[in-house]
Amino acid sequence: MSAIEKLPGSSVPDNGLLRFLTCGSVDDGKSTLIGRLLFDSKTILADTLHAIERTSAKRGLDMVDLSLLTDGLQAEREQGITIDVAYRYFTTGTRKYIIADAPGHEQYTRNMVTAASTADLAIILIDARKGVLTQTRRHSYLAHLLGIPHIVVAVNKMDLVDYAQEPFAAIAAEYLAFASRLGIADVRFLPMSALRGDMIVERGEHLHWYDGPTLLDILETAPAIHGAHAEKFRFPVQYVCRPQDSANPELHDYRGFMGRVESGELSIGDAVTVLPSGRETSVRDIQVLGESLARAIAEQSVTILLEDEIDVSRGDMIVKSGELPTIGKQIDAMLCWLSESPLDPRRKYLLRHTTRDSKAMLAGISFRVDVNTMEQQPAERLAMNDIARVRFKLAQPIFADPYAESRGTGAFIVIDESSNNTVGAGMIV
Amino acid sequence: MSTAALSNIATAGLSHLDWLESEAIHIMREVAGQCSNPVLLFSGGKDSICMLRIAEKAFRPGRFPFPLLHVDTGHNYREVVDFRDRRAAELGERLIVRSVEDSMARGTVVLNSPDEPRNKHQSVTLLEAIEEFGFDACIGGARRDEEKARAKERIFSFRDEFGQWDPKNQRPELWDLYNARSFKGENMRVFPISNWTEIDVWQYIERERLALPSIYFAHRRPLVRRGGGLLPVTEVTPARSGETIENLMVRFRTVGDITCTAPVESDADTVARIIAETAVTTITERGATRLDDQTSDASMEQRKKEGYF
Ligand SMILES: Nc1nc2c(ncn2[C@@H]2O[C@H](COP(=O)(O)OP(=O)(O)O)[C@@H](O)[C@H]2O)c(=O)[nH]1
Repeated sequence: MSAIEKLPGSSVPDNGLLRFLTCGSVDDGKSTLIGRLLFDSKTILADTLHAIERTSAKRGLDMVDLSLLTDGLQAEREQGITIDVAYRYFTTGTRKYIIADAPGHEQYTRNMVTAASTADLAIILIDARKGVLTQTRRHSYLAHLLGIPHIVVAVNKMDLVDYAQEPFAAIAAEYLAFASRLGIADVRFLPMSALRGDMIVERGEHLHWYDGPTLLDILETAPAIHGAHAEKFRFPVQYVCRPQDSANPELHDYRGFMGRVESGELSIGDAVTVLPSGRETSVRDIQVLGESLARAIAEQSVTILLEDEIDVSRGDMIVKSGELPTIGKQIDAMLCWLSESPLDPRRKYLLRHTTRDSKAMLAGISFRVDVNTMEQQPAERLAMNDIARVRFKLAQPIFADPYAESRGTGAFIVIDESSNNTVGAGMIV
Repeated sequence: MSTAALSNIATAGLSHLDWLESEAIHIMREVAGQCSNPVLLFSGGKDSICMLRIAEKAFRPGRFPFPLLHVDTGHNYREVVDFRDRRAAELGERLIVRSVEDSMARGTVVLNSPDEPRNKHQSVTLLEAIEEFGFDACIGGARRDEEKARAKERIFSFRDEFGQWDPKNQRPELWDLYNARSFKGENMRVFPISNWTEIDVWQYIERERLALPSIYFAHRRPLVRRGGGLLPVTEVTPARSGETIENLMVRFRTVGDITCTAPVESDADTVARIIAETAVTTITERGATRLDDQTSDASMEQRKKEGYF
């Protein structure tokens, strides 16, 4: 029985959740692939199927266009293109998947960056007839920049090249050459036909020369982002619980520090340091709804109680003693500009890092990256979709790690206080 | 030991439910940390029942840093309204109820016909409540899998002074760095269970042993068949002449306004049976049960632009 035939139910072993991103140029088959995954995992339901059957017929198609499943908003439907990140869900019974569907158009680097920010794996689609394109390089660069650990290069439309091995092997060789230059380490190649369903969930009849896993096998076994290597414990405090007004006298001195473990793990008794004060103490308890947990692991939301009475508020960070992050008022980062109004070097912005906000000013642009050629160019200003290496000066210190080591404490967003809009996304180097 | 703790030991990372729960807790705490006057929408429906458990996990032993708000159409099933009141009392949290019928009396809601579904008018009453209390964020239980238009909505979704959602002008949302900033009069809608599907909700209800209004479970009730769906026969939705009333075993998958919430035939009388049934079901939740949504693919998007939650 393939994984997909198992019913999602509480008795099935739970292999957690995997977030992945699909990217490719227009017409490479992204929507068809997602439609296929949803269809084969029986996530497409009858009424939805009827709706897309009707639409397919209305558009004069002779078979159901699975790509219609991932169509989003009215305005986009009218224009016939996808212009924003959409999220889709399916489950195999052993694992739950969140797909971020990022459109492949030239001008939408920011959508891809948004979608990639939460992904554990990227599927990069290549049309077997067209081979590696400029977009392929751009998507790979962005996936790598955003720290996605696993990349699957899916060579699609194999049916249109007679399922032959040669074009596939040529694409893989060309891709590897530039991937190694970028420093992409974990990349796998897969021949497939999204339209016919070969090597997605089923192996199909035509790709006998390929003995690697199907796409679904790759997804089912890909390790999630945390846990593979020893990580440093990082706990940005979101909220402080002080229920003094409670009728229960036992709670009178209760001070719980609430947040989510961004990385690493923590056990009761561990020695910790609170930032920015630098005060040291140890962990008295880790709680969720009145229950004690012996330890807290990455991505878990918990409440931490400390042995000593230390002043801690939102924006502070609890770390293990001896594993301090970099504390500073200056950061160097790769910045993606997301806003239609360009980055103004004379203005103050708000920089949000973990649960901490600080006023920030640009202190310099080292270079801008041409995302198509990966060339570094000098730049004075940054416009929407630009990616650059920059330096910011901050009014308040932040507690940061390099993004490559820890997404949670290496990422920040830039907010324009005049509009309250999110205008930039940064990765600390 | 709680189930949550056990499953953490069983697998290296979090199980999918633990992950979803943890994300939702994180989101609620961000609302508490970033917004000055939030509110949690609570209808007595299954999604908002999950939201209350998440709020307990996020804030206990403290009180919730927000009151609960129900926008009542006046056409709700008794069982659901009773459940709503009981649950709020058990939690010791403040429940605010604002009614579409009051908006009708004020003249701010005008029905086209007396038996028109009132769901879409909830947006007016909600906006009135937001103004009355000065809420800067409304936490709701909507999910992205419910409807196409929602698949692109942010977790922190910005609304202008008229409560409108502009799908073309959404704030980028990266990592888990949420931007809840708004100016006076504007409002955030926050959806902590955006990434949950219907089956996740049921699995969570089972794991956490959450109580639900009885109409979620199979029971016998009088119905008529109309427009391809089943319609309960009630005071506000009588049978039309010529229709045959049948007594069928049914359950509700969503509970909303009586006039536009239809049950499905089922004999699933436990959460486990509902999960088994949901896993093999072939009709989306809204398709099956929201009679007002079938008008067009784009109907939800249209309503959201008009300020529907
Ligand atoms: N022959 C063939 N056609 C495909 C395959 N995958 C997608 N297509 C077709 O390619 C076109 C573009 O696919 P679509 O999924 O909309 O591409 P997107 O723009 O990347 O989302 C559609 O006409 C699909 O039917 C495939 O594996 N083989």
